[in-house]
Amino acid sequence: MRRAKCIEAIYPELQDKLVVTIMGACAQELYDLGHCENFFYLQHAMGLASSIGLGLALSEPAEKVVVMDGDGSVLMNLGTLTTLARYKPANLTHIIFDNGSLLSTGGFASHTTSGITDLAAIARGAGIENVAAVSTPMDFIGAVADAFERDELSVIVAKVEAVGPDHFGMDLKLPENAFRFERYIKERKQMREKLS
Amino acid sequence: MTVSLDNSKAVYQGIKDVGVHFITALPETWLVYLLQLAEEDPEMRLVEVAKEEEAIGIAAGAHFTGTPHVLLMQNHGFLAAINGIVSLAMLYRIPLCMLIAHRGHMGEPYPWHTQGGIVTEPILRALNIPFDYARDPKQVGKQIKQAYTYSLSALSPVALLLSRDLMED
Repeated sequence: MRRAKCIEAIYPELQDKLVVTIMGACAQELYDLGHCENFFYLQHAMGLASSIGLGLALSEPAEKVVVMDGDGSVLMNLGTLTTLARYKPANLTHIIFDNGSLLSTGGFASHTTSGITDLAAIARGAGIENVAAVSTPMDFIGAVADAFERDELSVIVAKVEAVGPDHFGMDLKLPENAFRFERYIKERKQMREKLS
Repeated sequence: MTVSLDNSKAVYQGIKDVGVHFITALPETWLVYLLQLAEEDPEMRLVEVAKEEEAIGIAAGAHFTGTPHVLLMQNHGFLAAINGIVSLAMLYRIPLCMLIAHRGHMGEPYPWHTQGGIVTEPILRALNIPFDYARDPKQVGKQIKQAYTYSLSALSPVALLLSRDLMED
């Protein structure tokens, strides 16, 4: 299963959600499908995408939040799973694409390679109730659909191949991404207030 | 030494007075009353993290939704959060208002705090993070307001170092 195909399959479902990705291949693959103002790409600070997602989800319960994480990033911030479990924001879906590789920084094996470390088991052990481990596109799409329908914190660990895009680059400066993402959220909030 | 309840209340009131209803923290001795006050306050959301770098991500999320937010941590937690401060907050121009217990400086009886105490100010300077020392309970509310205001206008991390004079009786 390829991560790019997974992201493409759920791309239409991301249009009305706040999406935070990790750096490198994952960010590029989402961007290449077409940037939207509700996408924030964390191009550094490995491990913090899920923490940003937690901050978004807790402080804006009216929005659904999707974090696209990776095994290397989660391994850098395993404590985040325990913090997610403790505060369990109902509006957060945490997708971990596990390619067993630090692909964007040289392709070295990560601790999940060959099943040594089981991130889904760690998430369950951290106390997260809704954890799905998937390795086929059908199962991935089903798990994401379940997570989006369910009004509870969900973690999906998706085993994917260690393959990334053949190019990197975005026509989007990093602070510009942050400013526009913030503005998008503000405008959505103003819209909701106007309608209510 | 005992932690000052009265001065902790002054700090907490300063946080409330800038309109903050969301605190991210990792417990530390000097922060014990502050965290208790936050826990008991129905108007306050308190998120306790496993490691301080998480708090930088949570602060960014809160900032994106326009939610006033401050971080409470020990200076060793600040040291543990530096990559997040540099490569999330500074890189993306995200304000952080950090109230940092400045352990390990003059008067510190515990050896394990001392190296962190010595390097805190030079590291803040090296990172170009504006900082101030809070020593006087009568001034701390104003200092929190100034730190908070400046973090938003400069789109930068700002640190207020909570000193021994303030936090201990």
